[in-house]
Amino acid sequence: MMTVADIVKALNLKVFSGAGGLDREVSGGYVSDLLSDVMGKADAGQVWITLQTHKNVMAIASLKDLAAVILVSGYKPAENTAEQSEEENIPILGTDKSAFEVTGELYTLIK
Amino acid sequence: MEHHEFNIEGGDFTRAGYASSQVKKMLKQMGVDVAIIKRTVVAAYEAEVNVVAHAYSGAMYVDINREEVKIELRDQGPGIEDIEQAMQEGYSTASSAVREMGFGAGMGLSNMKKNADELHIESEPGKGTRVVIRMQLNATTGD
Amino acid sequence: MRVSEILQILDARIICGEHRTDYTIDVAFASDLMSDVLTLKNDHVLLITGLANMQTIRTAEMSDINCIVFARNKKASREMIALAEENDIILIECRYSMFKTCGLLYEAGVKPIF
Repeated sequence: MMTVADIVKALNLKVFSGAGGLDREVSGGYVSDLLSDVMGKADAGQVWITLQTHKNVMAIASLKDLAAVILVSGYKPAENTAEQSEEENIPILGTDKSAFEVTGELYTLIK
Repeated sequence: MEHHEFNIEGGDFTRAGYASSQVKKMLKQMGVDVAIIKRTVVAAYEAEVNVVAHAYSGAMYVDINREEVKIELRDQGPGIEDIEQAMQEGYSTASSAVREMGFGAGMGLSNMKKNADELHIESEPGKGTRVVIRMQLNATTGD
Repeated sequence: MRVSEILQILDARIICGEHRTDYTIDVAFASDLMSDVLTLKNDHVLLITGLANMQTIRTAEMSDINCIVFARNKKASREMIALAEENDIILIECRYSMFKTCGLLYEAGVKPIF
């Protein structure tokens, strides 16, 4: 199974925070900007692709035991979001690409 | 100058966008360039959604002729404490309910600024907000 | 890519604009945030979203977007379909997640924005 580090390398992603979690295994991907939807439907080990940057993102990533979060379109995590990512060891990654493009690349990589 | 008025109900997300849609129809009928129409209605729509998301009630006042359109939104609501802070991308006071509606990510005001030729915002906290959007139209037909 | 091909790739159902399956999209954009969609400058955009409410249709109207795929098995209401019809917007319902919807279309050669 692929790890978060493998994905970072293959998709050339930035690592904003939570590098301690780069060895987490990736079970799949989930694309959503609606927090309640992720709360209800995402599965453990998925990489969450979103442009939401606020602190609740990490609360949900942690509760759902997600592998990592990818912020799209050049978005950066809010300061307290990055702090929580460090504490939880869940990496926040980044790309300038849109959600559609990075999702396409990730889908091709891990399917 | 033609004048139109549309009421906006606070909290009524089903109807949000009706006024901006009427503006779009007017501009189309006047033969305004599609890129200018898009910038105008995106700014107007974000402003309209703000009234629905934050205020109790409000209205959009549209003054339009071939050369220009002035779109003014006035609402009765909590107002904006610090307009400069509110203009920053990502800053938001929207409720989680509004966020789940697809808005409230703190992009509305910057979208308005990027699209409007002129944008003026004034607010009295506890009373309400007044937003004025001005656009040059250079329309080919109509008055 | 034509709407008819999109329907095939996603094994999806067209619920508005059935007679316009030859409409062609140039690029795709995936988002649940309407202010994000409102920043787009492109024409012939396919919007992929899991947000199914009146504001999705209004946003498409304001941004001149003529084709929407609702992923996550989201259903359009009667009111949404009426507003889409009035504005010549094609609506497609798809049972796949956003991840799979984007993945399948990207693999089939649909281009992203930028």
